[in-house]
Amino acid sequence: MADEFQHSVSLDAQKCIGCTSCLRQCPTEAIRIRDGRAVIRTEFCIDCGRCVRVCQHRAKKAVFDKLSDIDPRFKWRIALPAPALYGQFDELTDIGCLLQALMNCGFDEVYEVARSAEIISECTRRYMRKPNIPRPVISSACPAIVRLIRLRFPDLCDNILPILPPVEYASRVAKAEALKKHPELKPDEICTVFISPCPAKTSYAKNGLSQTKSSIDYVVSMREMYIKLSGLLKKTEPGKVKSGAGIAGVKWASSGGEAEGLYSDRYLAADDMDNAIQVLDAIETGKLPALEFVELDACPGGCVGGAATVENPYIAKARLLSFRRSLPNNRNYLDVADESPDFVPDDAMVDSPFNEYVPPYRLSEDRFEAMRMMAEIEKIYTLLPQIDCGSCGAPTCRAFAEDVVKGECRFDDCIVHLKERYQKEQEGSL
Amino acid sequence: MGALSYHFNIDGEDFSSAGDASVAMKKTLRQLGFPNDVVRRCSIAMYEGEINMVIHANGGTADVDVYPDKIVIVLEDHGPGIPDVELAMKEGYSTSTEQIRNMGFGAGMGLPNMKRYTESLEIETQVGVGTKLTMVVGV
Repeated sequence: MADEFQHSVSLDAQKCIGCTSCLRQCPTEAIRIRDGRAVIRTEFCIDCGRCVRVCQHRAKKAVFDKLSDIDPRFKWRIALPAPALYGQFDELTDIGCLLQALMNCGFDEVYEVARSAEIISECTRRYMRKPNIPRPVISSACPAIVRLIRLRFPDLCDNILPILPPVEYASRVAKAEALKKHPELKPDEICTVFISPCPAKTSYAKNGLSQTKSSIDYVVSMREMYIKLSGLLKKTEPGKVKSGAGIAGVKWASSGGEAEGLYSDRYLAADDMDNAIQVLDAIETGKLPALEFVELDACPGGCVGGAATVENPYIAKARLLSFRRSLPNNRNYLDVADESPDFVPDDAMVDSPFNEYVPPYRLSEDRFEAMRMMAEIEKIYTLLPQIDCGSCGAPTCRAFAEDVVKGECRFDDCIVHLKERYQKEQEGSL
Repeated sequence: MGALSYHFNIDGEDFSSAGDASVAMKKTLRQLGFPNDVVRRCSIAMYEGEINMVIHANGGTADVDVYPDKIVIVLEDHGPGIPDVELAMKEGYSTSTEQIRNMGFGAGMGLPNMKRYTESLEIETQVGVGTKLTMVVGV
Protein backbone atom coordinates (compact mmCIF):
# COMPACT_ATOMS: atom_id res chain seq x y z
CA MET A 1 0.00 0.00 0.00
CA ALA A 2 1.34 3.39 -0.92
CA ASP A 3 1.77 5.54 2.12
CA GLU A 4 0.70 9.08 1.43
CA PHE A 5 1.24 10.16 4.99
CA GLN A 6 3.70 13.05 5.27
CA HIS A 7 6.12 12.46 8.10
CA SER A 8 7.90 15.00 10.22
CA VAL A 9 10.60 12.71 11.60
CA SER A 10 13.43 12.18 9.16
CA LEU A 11 17.03 11.05 9.00
CA ASP A 12 20.19 12.96 8.23
CA ALA A 13 22.13 10.11 6.57
CA GLN A 14 25.39 12.08 6.80
CA LYS A 15 25.25 12.17 10.58
CA CYS A 16 23.96 8.63 11.18
CA ILE A 17 26.66 6.11 12.06
CA GLY A 18 24.30 3.16 12.39
CA CYS A 19 24.82 2.92 16.17
CA THR A 20 21.45 1.22 16.90
CA SER A 21 20.48 3.48 19.86
CA CYS A 22 17.23 4.37 18.16
CA LEU A 23 16.54 0.85 16.93
CA ARG A 24 15.01 -0.69 20.04
CA GLN A 25 13.43 2.55 21.20
CA CYS A 26 10.96 2.70 18.32
CA PRO A 27 7.52 1.68 19.63
CA THR A 28 6.37 0.42 16.24
CA GLU A 29 9.66 -1.22 15.15
CA ALA A 30 9.77 1.21 12.22
CA ILE A 31 13.57 1.50 12.18
CA ARG A 32 16.13 -0.78 10.55
CA ILE A 33 19.86 -0.30 10.07
CA ARG A 34 20.75 -0.97 6.45
CA ASP A 35 24.22 -0.42 4.95
CA GLY A 36 25.38 1.20 8.19
CA ARG A 37 22.61 3.81 8.31
CA ALA A 38 19.20 3.94 9.96
CA VAL A 39 16.22 3.65 7.66
CA ILE A 40 12.71 4.67 8.76
CA ARG A 41 9.98 2.49 7.33
CA THR A 42 7.49 5.26 6.86
CA GLU A 43 4.34 3.14 6.86
CA PHE A 44 5.06 2.20 10.50
CA CYS A 45 6.36 5.57 11.75
CA ILE A 46 3.97 7.45 14.04
CA ASP A 47 6.20 10.55 14.35
CA CYS A 48 6.40 10.22 18.12
CA GLY A 49 9.93 11.66 18.10
CA ARG A 50 11.39 9.13 20.50
CA CYS A 51 14.27 8.39 18.10
CA VAL A 52 14.94 12.12 17.84
CA ARG A 53 15.28 12.26 21.61
CA VAL A 54 17.66 9.29 21.93
CA CYS A 55 19.97 9.93 18.95
CA GLN A 56 23.35 11.04 20.29
CA HIS A 57 24.54 12.04 16.84
CA ARG A 58 21.61 14.31 16.10
CA ALA A 59 20.97 12.34 12.96
CA LYS A 60 17.26 11.96 13.63
CA LYS A 61 15.54 15.22 12.92
CA ALA A 62 12.10 16.55 13.41
CA VAL A 63 11.15 18.68 10.44
CA PHE A 64 9.45 21.95 11.31
CA ASP A 65 8.66 25.12 9.42
CA LYS A 66 10.83 28.14 10.10
CA LEU A 67 9.41 31.58 10.77
CA SER A 68 11.13 32.67 7.56
CA ASP A 69 9.06 30.10 5.60
CA ILE A 70 5.84 32.06 6.12
CA ASP A 71 4.53 33.20 2.76
CA PRO A 72 4.43 37.03 2.42
CA ARG A 73 0.90 36.77 1.00
CA PHE A 74 -0.28 36.24 4.56
CA LYS A 75 -1.05 39.69 5.90
CA TRP A 76 -2.34 38.50 9.25
CA ARG A 77 -0.19 36.05 11.17
CA ILE A 78 -1.62 34.40 14.23
CA ALA A 79 0.68 32.58 16.66
CA LEU A 80 -0.83 29.59 18.45
CA PRO A 81 1.42 28.85 21.44
CA ALA A 82 0.97 25.41 23.02
CA PRO A 83 0.70 25.68 26.81
CA ALA A 84 3.94 23.67 27.17
CA LEU A 85 5.72 26.85 25.99
CA TYR A 86 4.85 28.57 29.27
CA GLY A 87 6.98 26.05 31.18
CA GLN A 88 10.16 26.58 29.15
CA PHE A 89 11.38 29.84 30.65
CA ASP A 90 13.09 30.45 33.93
CA GLU A 91 11.64 33.27 36.04
CA LEU A 92 8.58 33.72 33.86
CA THR A 93 5.80 34.80 36.20
CA ASP A 94 3.45 36.57 33.81
CA ILE A 95 2.22 34.62 30.78
CA GLY A 96 1.21 37.96 29.25
CA CYS A 97 4.89 38.91 28.95
CA LEU A 98 5.53 35.78 26.91
CA LEU A 99 2.58 36.53 24.64
CA GLN A 100 3.88 40.07 24.16
CA ALA A 101 7.31 38.70 23.29
CA LEU A 102 5.65 36.44 20.70
CA MET A 103 3.95 39.49 19.15
CA ASN A 104 7.38 41.10 18.97
CA CYS A 105 8.59 38.12 16.89
CA GLY A 106 6.47 39.43 14.03
CA PHE A 107 2.99 38.10 14.76
CA ASP A 108 -0.11 40.23 14.42
CA GLU A 109 -2.02 38.27 17.00
CA VAL A 110 -1.54 35.52 19.56
CA TYR A 111 -4.26 32.99 20.29
CA GLU A 112 -3.49 30.67 23.17
CA VAL A 113 -4.15 26.98 22.56
CA ALA A 114 -4.83 26.75 26.32
CA ARG A 115 -8.00 28.80 25.78
CA SER A 116 -9.31 26.23 23.32
CA ALA A 117 -8.24 23.42 25.65
CA GLU A 118 -10.79 24.72 28.15
CA ILE A 119 -13.51 24.67 25.51
CA ILE A 120 -12.50 21.16 24.41
CA SER A 121 -12.67 20.03 28.06
CA GLU A 122 -16.21 21.36 28.25
CA CYS A 123 -17.11 19.62 24.96
CA THR A 124 -15.60 16.39 26.30
CA ARG A 125 -17.56 16.60 29.55
CA ARG A 126 -20.69 16.99 27.46
CA TYR A 127 -19.75 14.15 25.12
CA MET A 128 -19.13 11.85 28.12
CA ARG A 129 -22.76 12.30 29.17
CA LYS A 130 -23.97 10.61 26.00
CA PRO A 131 -25.36 7.19 26.92
CA ASN A 132 -24.18 4.89 24.16
CA ILE A 133 -20.57 5.77 23.49
CA PRO A 134 -17.77 3.18 23.59
CA ARG A 135 -15.96 3.46 26.90
CA PRO A 136 -13.37 4.20 28.04
CA VAL A 137 -13.13 7.24 25.81
CA ILE A 138 -9.52 7.74 24.70
CA SER A 139 -8.18 11.27 24.25
CA SER A 140 -7.53 12.46 20.69
CA ALA A 141 -5.10 15.20 21.71
CA CYS A 142 -1.80 13.35 21.13
CA PRO A 143 -1.47 12.63 17.38
CA ALA A 144 1.24 10.00 17.95
CA ILE A 145 -1.15 8.05 20.18
CA VAL A 146 -4.00 8.36 17.67
CA ARG A 147 -1.75 7.00 14.95
CA LEU A 148 -0.46 4.25 17.24
CA ILE A 149 -4.03 3.14 17.92
CA ARG A 150 -4.87 3.05 14.24
CA LEU A 151 -1.72 1.06 13.55
CA ARG A 152 -1.61 -1.39 16.44
CA PHE A 153 -5.00 -1.27 18.17
CA PRO A 154 -7.57 -0.98 15.37
CA ASP A 155 -10.31 -2.31 17.68
CA LEU A 156 -10.00 0.78 19.83
CA CYS A 157 -10.49 3.31 17.02
CA ASP A 158 -14.12 3.72 18.03
CA ASN A 159 -13.05 4.68 21.55
CA ILE A 160 -11.08 7.71 20.37
CA LEU A 161 -12.74 10.97 21.39
CA PRO A 162 -14.34 12.31 18.18
CA ILE A 163 -13.64 15.90 19.23
CA LEU A 164 -10.98 18.14 17.71
CA PRO A 165 -7.66 18.51 19.51
CA PRO A 166 -7.36 21.98 21.13
CA VAL A 167 -4.76 23.23 18.65
CA GLU A 168 -7.08 22.56 15.70
CA TYR A 169 -10.00 24.21 17.41
CA ALA A 170 -7.76 27.17 18.29
CA SER A 171 -6.66 27.58 14.68
CA ARG A 172 -10.21 27.56 13.37
CA VAL A 173 -11.59 29.93 16.01
CA ALA A 174 -8.63 32.32 15.73
CA LYS A 175 -9.08 32.58 11.96
CA ALA A 176 -12.84 33.09 12.22
CA GLU A 177 -12.44 35.77 14.90
CA ALA A 178 -9.72 37.57 12.92
CA LEU A 179 -12.02 37.70 9.88
CA LYS A 180 -14.78 39.19 11.98
CA LYS A 181 -12.52 41.78 13.56
CA HIS A 182 -10.79 42.70 10.30
CA PRO A 183 -13.36 42.57 7.51
CA GLU A 184 -10.77 44.01 5.12
CA LEU A 185 -8.84 40.69 5.26
CA LYS A 186 -9.54 37.81 2.90
CA PRO A 187 -9.54 34.27 4.36
CA ASP A 188 -6.41 33.33 2.40
CA GLU A 189 -4.52 36.28 3.86
CA ILE A 190 -4.72 34.90 7.38
CA CYS A 191 -2.40 32.16 8.60
CA THR A 192 -2.00 30.32 11.87
CA VAL A 193 1.43 29.30 13.15
CA PHE A 194 1.49 26.64 15.84
CA ILE A 195 4.40 26.78 18.31
CA SER A 196 4.77 23.04 18.81
CA PRO A 197 6.43 20.88 21.46
CA CYS A 198 6.75 17.84 19.17
CA PRO A 199 7.02 16.50 15.61
CA ALA A 200 3.79 14.49 15.90
CA LYS A 201 1.82 17.73 15.90
CA THR A 202 3.62 18.76 12.71
CA SER A 203 2.51 15.63 10.92
CA TYR A 204 -0.94 16.24 12.31
CA ALA A 205 -0.99 19.71 10.70
CA LYS A 206 0.28 18.27 7.40
CA ASN A 207 -2.01 15.25 7.28
CA GLY A 208 -5.02 16.13 9.41
CA LEU A 209 -6.83 13.68 11.63
CA SER A 210 -8.57 10.84 9.85
CA GLN A 211 -10.37 12.71 7.05
CA THR A 212 -10.46 16.00 8.91
CA LYS A 213 -8.11 18.44 7.21
CA SER A 214 -6.14 20.71 9.46
CA SER A 215 -6.50 24.48 9.21
CA ILE A 216 -3.06 25.08 10.75
CA ASP A 217 -0.74 26.62 8.15
CA TYR A 218 2.68 26.39 9.76
CA VAL A 219 4.24 24.51 12.64
CA VAL A 220 7.32 26.04 14.23
CA SER A 221 9.28 24.20 16.91
CA MET A 222 9.45 25.42 20.48
CA ARG A 223 13.23 25.10 20.21
CA GLU A 224 13.41 27.69 17.44
CA MET A 225 11.13 30.07 19.28
CA TYR A 226 12.92 29.57 22.60
CA ILE A 227 16.07 31.34 21.47
CA LYS A 228 14.18 34.29 20.00
CA LEU A 229 11.80 34.56 22.92
CA SER A 230 14.47 34.35 25.64
CA GLY A 231 16.12 37.48 24.30
CA LEU A 232 12.86 39.33 23.80
CA LEU A 233 11.45 38.40 27.21
CA LYS A 234 14.18 40.37 28.98
CA LYS A 235 13.03 43.51 27.22
CA THR A 236 9.30 42.94 27.66
CA GLU A 237 7.34 44.98 30.19
CA PRO A 238 4.38 43.24 31.84
CA GLY A 239 0.83 44.53 31.49
CA LYS A 240 0.42 45.21 27.78
CA VAL A 241 -0.95 41.78 26.84
CA LYS A 242 -2.94 39.56 29.18
CA SER A 243 -3.35 35.81 29.06
CA GLY A 244 -6.88 34.66 28.28
CA ALA A 245 -6.43 31.15 29.64
CA GLY A 246 -7.12 29.65 33.01
CA ILE A 247 -5.16 27.01 34.85
CA ALA A 248 -7.46 24.28 33.47
CA GLY A 249 -6.23 25.04 29.94
CA VAL A 250 -2.58 25.47 30.90
CA LYS A 251 -2.64 22.12 32.72
CA TRP A 252 -3.12 20.27 29.42
CA ALA A 253 0.63 20.66 28.87
CA SER A 254 1.47 17.92 31.34
CA SER A 255 0.17 14.40 31.71
CA GLY A 256 -3.13 14.19 33.56
CA GLY A 257 -4.10 17.79 32.87
CA GLU A 258 -6.68 16.94 30.27
CA ALA A 259 -8.21 14.13 32.35
CA GLU A 260 -8.45 16.32 35.46
CA GLY A 261 -10.54 18.77 33.47
CA LEU A 262 -13.33 16.19 33.19
CA TYR A 263 -14.18 16.30 36.93
CA SER A 264 -14.48 12.52 37.00
CA ASP A 265 -12.70 10.15 39.34
CA ARG A 266 -12.79 7.29 36.89
CA TYR A 267 -9.96 8.21 34.61
CA LEU A 268 -6.46 7.03 33.82
CA ALA A 269 -3.62 9.20 32.58
CA ALA A 270 -0.44 7.56 31.30
CA ASP A 271 2.61 9.10 29.71
CA ASP A 272 5.54 7.71 27.75
CA MET A 273 5.09 5.22 24.95
CA ASP A 274 5.71 1.97 26.86
CA ASN A 275 3.08 2.83 29.45
CA ALA A 276 0.63 3.91 26.77
CA ILE A 277 1.06 0.60 24.91
CA GLN A 278 0.54 -1.42 28.10
CA VAL A 279 -2.62 0.50 28.86
CA LEU A 280 -3.97 0.02 25.32
CA ASP A 281 -3.20 -3.72 25.51
CA ALA A 282 -5.09 -3.84 28.81
CA ILE A 283 -8.12 -1.99 27.40
CA GLU A 284 -8.21 -4.33 24.43
CA THR A 285 -8.22 -7.47 26.58
CA GLY A 286 -10.77 -5.97 28.93
CA LYS A 287 -8.21 -6.08 31.72
CA LEU A 288 -8.91 -2.56 33.01
CA PRO A 289 -11.43 -1.64 35.69
CA ALA A 290 -14.45 0.30 34.44
CA LEU A 291 -13.02 3.64 33.39
CA GLU A 292 -14.68 6.64 31.81
CA PHE A 293 -11.68 8.30 30.23
CA VAL A 294 -8.11 7.47 29.27
CA GLU A 295 -5.55 10.16 28.55
CA LEU A 296 -2.39 8.90 26.86
CA ASP A 297 0.65 10.99 26.00
CA ALA A 298 3.48 9.63 23.86
CA CYS A 299 6.10 11.75 25.60
CA PRO A 300 7.39 11.44 29.18
CA GLY A 301 5.53 13.91 31.36
CA GLY A 302 3.08 14.79 28.57
CA CYS A 303 3.55 17.58 25.99
CA VAL A 304 6.18 19.22 28.22
CA GLY A 305 8.34 16.18 27.36
CA GLY A 306 7.99 16.64 23.59
CA ALA A 307 11.07 16.21 21.41
CA ALA A 308 11.03 19.89 20.42
CA THR A 309 10.95 21.30 23.93
CA VAL A 310 13.99 22.74 25.66
CA GLU A 311 13.41 22.26 29.37
CA ASN A 312 13.32 19.01 31.32
CA PRO A 313 9.64 17.95 31.42
CA TYR A 314 9.40 17.81 35.19
CA ILE A 315 10.98 21.22 35.66
CA ALA A 316 8.58 22.59 33.06
CA LYS A 317 5.68 20.97 34.90
CA ALA A 318 6.75 22.55 38.19
CA ARG A 319 6.82 25.96 36.52
CA LEU A 320 3.34 25.45 35.12
CA LEU A 321 2.15 24.58 38.63
CA SER A 322 3.45 27.90 39.89
CA PHE A 323 0.96 29.70 37.63
CA ARG A 324 -1.80 28.22 39.77
CA ARG A 325 -1.31 31.08 42.18
CA SER A 326 -2.08 33.77 39.65
CA LEU A 327 -4.63 32.21 37.29
CA PRO A 328 -8.32 31.43 37.75
CA ASN A 329 -9.36 27.86 36.97
CA ASN A 330 -11.42 28.45 33.82
CA ARG A 331 -11.79 31.47 31.59
CA ASN A 332 -13.32 30.06 28.43
CA TYR A 333 -16.83 28.67 28.13
CA LEU A 334 -19.14 27.39 25.42
CA ASP A 335 -22.17 29.49 24.69
CA VAL A 336 -24.73 26.69 24.83
CA ALA A 337 -26.92 27.49 27.83
CA ASP A 338 -30.14 26.45 26.09
CA GLU A 339 -28.88 23.11 24.82
CA SER A 340 -29.17 19.67 26.41
CA PRO A 341 -26.37 18.63 28.81
CA ASP A 342 -24.81 16.24 26.28
CA PHE A 343 -24.90 18.67 23.36
CA VAL A 344 -21.56 19.16 21.59
CA PRO A 345 -21.36 21.84 18.89
CA ASP A 346 -20.68 20.46 15.41
CA ASP A 347 -17.69 22.73 14.90
CA ALA A 348 -15.85 20.93 17.70
CA MET A 349 -16.46 17.46 16.31
CA VAL A 350 -14.13 15.43 14.08
CA ASP A 351 -15.76 15.09 10.66
CA SER A 352 -15.22 11.38 10.11
CA PRO A 353 -14.41 8.28 12.14
CA PHE A 354 -10.85 7.17 12.86
CA ASN A 355 -11.03 3.64 11.52
CA GLU A 356 -10.01 3.85 7.88
CA TYR A 357 -6.36 3.02 8.23
CA VAL A 358 -5.18 -0.44 7.10
CA PRO A 359 -2.60 -1.77 9.54
CA PRO A 360 0.62 -2.64 7.73
CA TYR A 361 1.55 -5.50 10.06
CA ARG A 362 -0.15 -8.16 7.95
CA LEU A 363 2.40 -10.54 6.43
CA SER A 364 0.33 -11.20 3.32
CA GLU A 365 -3.13 -10.47 1.96
CA ASP A 366 -3.57 -14.21 1.51
CA ARG A 367 -3.99 -16.02 4.82
CA PHE A 368 -2.47 -19.29 3.57
CA GLU A 369 0.59 -17.41 2.39
CA ALA A 370 0.70 -15.47 5.69
CA MET A 371 0.61 -18.77 7.59
CA ARG A 372 3.35 -20.25 5.45
CA MET A 373 5.51 -17.18 6.11
CA MET A 374 4.74 -17.33 9.82
CA ALA A 375 5.80 -20.99 9.99
CA GLU A 376 9.06 -20.01 8.30
CA ILE A 377 9.54 -17.09 10.73
CA GLU A 378 9.05 -19.40 13.73
CA LYS A 379 11.59 -21.86 12.29
CA ILE A 380 14.23 -19.21 11.69
CA TYR A 381 13.59 -17.63 15.09
CA THR A 382 14.49 -20.86 16.90
CA LEU A 383 17.86 -20.85 15.11
CA LEU A 384 18.68 -17.30 16.24
CA PRO A 385 20.56 -16.39 19.46
CA GLN A 386 17.45 -14.50 20.79
CA ILE A 387 19.59 -11.86 22.50
CA ASP A 388 18.15 -8.94 20.50
CA CYS A 389 21.60 -7.38 20.02
CA GLY A 390 20.58 -5.29 17.03
CA SER A 391 23.80 -5.92 15.08
CA CYS A 392 21.84 -7.31 12.14
CA GLY A 393 19.97 -4.03 11.85
CA ALA A 394 16.64 -5.29 13.21
CA PRO A 395 15.40 -4.32 16.69
CA THR A 396 14.83 -7.92 17.83
CA CYS A 397 15.70 -11.44 16.69
CA ARG A 398 12.01 -11.90 16.04
CA ALA A 399 11.88 -8.84 13.74
CA PHE A 400 15.03 -10.12 12.02
CA ALA A 401 13.36 -13.49 11.32
CA GLU A 402 10.44 -11.60 9.77
CA ASP A 403 12.79 -9.52 7.64
CA VAL A 404 14.56 -12.67 6.39
CA VAL A 405 11.27 -14.28 5.38
CA LYS A 406 10.11 -11.08 3.70
CA GLY A 407 13.37 -11.17 1.71
CA GLU A 408 14.67 -7.90 3.17
CA CYS A 409 17.89 -9.43 4.49
CA ARG A 410 19.79 -12.70 4.61
CA PHE A 411 20.16 -15.17 7.46
CA ASP A 412 23.93 -14.59 7.37
CA ASP A 413 23.35 -10.97 8.43
CA CYS A 414 23.10 -12.36 11.98
CA ILE A 415 26.68 -11.94 13.17
CA VAL A 416 26.27 -14.33 16.10
CA HIS A 417 25.26 -17.07 13.70
CA LEU A 418 28.04 -16.06 11.30
CA LYS A 419 30.63 -16.31 14.06
CA GLU A 420 29.43 -19.78 14.99
CA ARG A 421 29.67 -20.84 11.38
CA TYR A 422 33.15 -19.35 11.10
CA GLN A 423 34.27 -21.20 14.25
CA LYS A 424 32.89 -24.48 12.92
CA GLU A 425 34.69 -23.98 9.62
CA GLN A 426 37.93 -23.22 11.49
CA GLU A 427 37.57 -26.38 13.56
CA GLY A 428 36.79 -28.37 10.43
CA SER A 429 39.91 -27.16 8.63
CA LEU A 430 42.27 -28.06 11.48
CA MET B 1 -2.79 -27.02 5.46
CA GLY B 2 -1.54 -27.90 8.95
CA ALA B 3 -1.76 -25.70 11.97
CA LEU B 4 0.69 -23.19 13.36
CA SER B 5 1.24 -24.24 16.94
CA TYR B 6 2.17 -22.06 19.89
CA HIS B 7 2.97 -23.14 23.42
CA PHE B 8 3.02 -20.92 26.49
CA ASN B 9 3.86 -21.64 30.12
CA ILE B 10 1.66 -19.60 32.41
CA ASP B 11 3.61 -18.75 35.55
CA GLY B 12 1.42 -19.14 38.63
CA GLU B 13 3.78 -17.19 40.86
CA ASP B 14 3.76 -14.01 38.85
CA PHE B 15 0.52 -12.08 38.63
CA SER B 16 2.06 -9.28 36.61
CA SER B 17 2.89 -11.58 33.69
CA ALA B 18 -0.67 -12.92 33.46
CA GLY B 19 -1.93 -11.82 30.07
CA ASP B 20 1.44 -11.90 28.31
CA ALA B 21 0.49 -14.98 26.29
CA SER B 22 -2.74 -13.42 25.05
CA VAL B 23 -0.92 -10.21 24.08
CA ALA B 24 1.65 -12.28 22.14
CA MET B 25 -1.10 -14.26 20.36
CA LYS B 26 -2.93 -11.05 19.51
CA LYS B 27 0.14 -9.76 17.70
CA THR B 28 0.61 -13.02 15.80
CA LEU B 29 -3.04 -13.24 14.72
CA ARG B 30 -2.91 -9.64 13.45
CA GLN B 31 0.16 -10.46 11.38
CA LEU B 32 -1.68 -13.44 9.91
CA GLY B 33 -4.45 -11.10 8.83
CA PHE B 34 -7.35 -12.49 10.90
CA PRO B 35 -10.29 -10.09 11.19
CA ASN B 36 -10.31 -7.75 14.17
CA ASP B 37 -13.24 -9.42 15.93
CA VAL B 38 -11.56 -12.85 15.72
CA VAL B 39 -8.36 -11.43 17.18
CA ARG B 40 -10.31 -9.74 19.94
CA ARG B 41 -12.38 -12.80 20.85
CA CYS B 42 -9.27 -15.00 21.01
CA SER B 43 -7.39 -12.53 23.10
CA ILE B 44 -10.21 -12.02 25.62
CA ALA B 45 -10.96 -15.75 25.95
CA MET B 46 -7.30 -16.56 26.36
CA TYR B 47 -6.73 -13.74 28.82
CA GLU B 48 -9.59 -14.94 31.04
CA GLY B 49 -8.10 -18.43 30.93
CA GLU B 50 -4.66 -17.19 31.86
CA ILE B 51 -6.03 -15.25 34.82
CA ASN B 52 -8.04 -18.27 36.01
CA MET B 53 -4.98 -20.47 35.92
CA VAL B 54 -2.97 -17.94 37.93
CA ILE B 55 -5.74 -17.36 40.51
CA HIS B 56 -6.91 -20.93 41.04
CA ALA B 57 -4.35 -23.39 39.75
CA ASN B 58 -0.86 -21.99 40.33
CA GLY B 59 -0.33 -21.64 36.61
CA GLY B 60 -0.46 -24.07 33.73
CA THR B 61 0.02 -24.21 30.00
CA ALA B 62 -1.66 -22.69 26.96
CA ASP B 63 -1.45 -24.35 23.56
CA VAL B 64 -2.82 -22.51 20.58
CA ASP B 65 -3.29 -24.10 17.17
CA VAL B 66 -3.98 -21.64 14.39
CA TYR B 67 -5.77 -22.97 11.31
CA PRO B 68 -6.79 -20.87 8.32
CA ASP B 69 -10.45 -21.10 9.39
CA LYS B 70 -10.32 -21.52 13.18
CA ILE B 71 -8.19 -21.08 16.27
CA VAL B 72 -8.09 -23.79 18.91
CA ILE B 73 -6.96 -22.79 22.40
CA VAL B 74 -6.20 -25.50 24.95
CA LEU B 75 -5.56 -24.44 28.56
CA GLU B 76 -4.38 -27.09 30.95
CA ASP B 77 -3.54 -26.97 34.64
CA HIS B 78 -2.92 -29.28 37.58
CA GLY B 79 -4.98 -27.22 39.98
CA PRO B 80 -7.87 -28.15 42.29
CA GLY B 81 -10.35 -28.85 39.48
CA ILE B 82 -13.91 -27.47 39.30
CA PRO B 83 -16.31 -29.34 41.62
CA ASP B 84 -19.52 -27.99 40.04
CA VAL B 85 -19.07 -26.93 36.41
CA GLU B 86 -22.66 -25.79 36.00
CA LEU B 87 -22.32 -23.43 38.95
CA ALA B 88 -18.94 -22.16 37.77
CA MET B 89 -20.50 -21.25 34.42
CA LYS B 90 -22.98 -18.89 36.11
CA GLU B 91 -22.19 -15.23 35.65
CA GLY B 92 -20.92 -13.68 38.84
CA TYR B 93 -20.19 -16.96 40.61
CA SER B 94 -16.70 -16.86 42.04
CA THR B 95 -14.63 -18.76 44.56
CA SER B 96 -11.87 -16.15 44.54
CA THR B 97 -10.56 -14.80 47.80
CA GLU B 98 -11.21 -11.30 49.05
CA GLN B 99 -7.58 -10.44 48.27
CA ILE B 100 -7.93 -11.46 44.60
CA ARG B 101 -11.16 -9.49 44.30
CA ASN B 102 -9.48 -6.44 45.76
CA MET B 103 -7.04 -6.63 42.86
CA GLY B 104 -9.94 -6.26 40.45
CA PHE B 105 -10.17 -9.93 39.47
CA GLY B 106 -12.46 -12.76 40.44
CA ALA B 107 -15.70 -11.10 39.32
CA GLY B 108 -17.09 -14.48 38.31
CA MET B 109 -17.03 -13.63 34.61
CA GLY B 110 -14.04 -15.75 33.56
CA LEU B 111 -15.76 -18.91 32.31
CA PRO B 112 -18.93 -17.12 31.13
CA ASN B 113 -16.77 -14.75 29.07
CA MET B 114 -14.80 -17.64 27.60
CA LYS B 115 -18.05 -19.25 26.53
CA ARG B 116 -19.44 -15.99 25.22
CA TYR B 117 -16.48 -15.16 23.01
CA THR B 118 -15.85 -18.63 21.56
CA GLU B 119 -17.76 -21.00 19.28
CA SER B 120 -17.28 -23.89 21.67
CA LEU B 121 -15.92 -24.39 25.14
CA GLU B 122 -15.23 -27.89 26.39
CA ILE B 123 -14.36 -28.44 30.03
CA GLU B 124 -12.65 -31.58 31.30
CA THR B 125 -12.05 -31.38 35.01
CA GLN B 126 -11.35 -33.67 37.92
CA VAL B 127 -11.28 -32.46 41.50
CA GLY B 128 -7.77 -32.64 42.90
CA VAL B 129 -6.25 -33.49 39.51
CA GLY B 130 -6.69 -30.51 37.24
CA THR B 131 -8.65 -28.87 34.46
CA LYS B 132 -8.40 -28.84 30.69
CA LEU B 133 -10.33 -26.27 28.68
CA THR B 134 -10.62 -26.49 24.90
CA MET B 135 -11.94 -23.41 23.15
CA VAL B 136 -12.55 -22.97 19.45
CA VAL B 137 -12.84 -19.57 17.82
CA GLY B 138 -14.14 -19.78 14.26
CA VAL B 139 -13.37 -17.33 11.49
